[in-house]
Amino acid sequence: MTGEALGFYCLSAVLVGSALAVVLTKNLFHAVLWLALALTGTAGIFLLLDAEFLAAVQLLLYAGGIVTVVVFAIVVTERLVGERISQTSRHIASGAAVSIVLAGLVVKAIMAGPLTSIRTPMTGDVTALIGETVLTRFVLPFELLALVMLAGLMGAIYFARPED
Amino acid sequence: MGLQAYLTLAAIVFCIGLFGVITRRNTISILLGIELMLNSVNINLVAFSRFSGDVTGMVFAVFTICITVTEAALGLAIVILLFRVRRTVTADQLDLLKG
Repeated sequence: MTGEALGFYCLSAVLVGSALAVVLTKNLFHAVLWLALALTGTAGIFLLLDAEFLAAVQLLLYAGGIVTVVVFAIVVTERLVGERISQTSRHIASGAAVSIVLAGLVVKAIMAGPLTSIRTPMTGDVTALIGETVLTRFVLPFELLALVMLAGLMGAIYFARPED
Repeated sequence: MGLQAYLTLAAIVFCIGLFGVITRRNTISILLGIELMLNSVNINLVAFSRFSGDVTGMVFAVFTICITVTEAALGLAIVILLFRVRRTVTADQLDLLKG
């Protein structure tokens, strides 16, 4: 077994296990910590796919940013409600049925499709290529993304304003 | 590892996230499930990009990561606002728009 295959199986086990823990654990706070582990595992998968820049972005924005924001939200809402947030699930049977059927269909389609298993070699530094592509071919979406983030920021501030 | 292995992994993680969205009652937990689903889409984008040797998919992944972060910040702001107004955490009780 090659190193890449070994790394892939280990990271897959971590990713699937922590994803299951996110949706199954009772304690909401623990679920967020499991989500952080799942997002870190995804960063590892990105490293396996030679996308170092994306792995770094994943760690900074997802595992750093989102987890911090969610923890803040939990702390604030617990304080507002004044009691611990209990977390229960419903429709477990139908949810599991829908998920398993969808997974089966998608995996069947993946296995049937004519997919390559040969990696086309990337020419040059992937990070530099991403930067070049963002600022040449995708410069308009990039600028629109800045607008979206500004609008999101202003909306979040507006929602979170103190009550008057 | 071939492309199929990565796509299968992403499909499994997506379905786990979908299970979370369907079964959870807590609004924040539903958001966590959505994060898992969006995350698995990024795995797909990067895997296709790497196996086709074209960097465009990775650029798409950068865009989706940024949009997801904005979505999470806005979603959690809405959740906090909902808690302030309705004093509840459960999605079932947020039924103001139910006819």
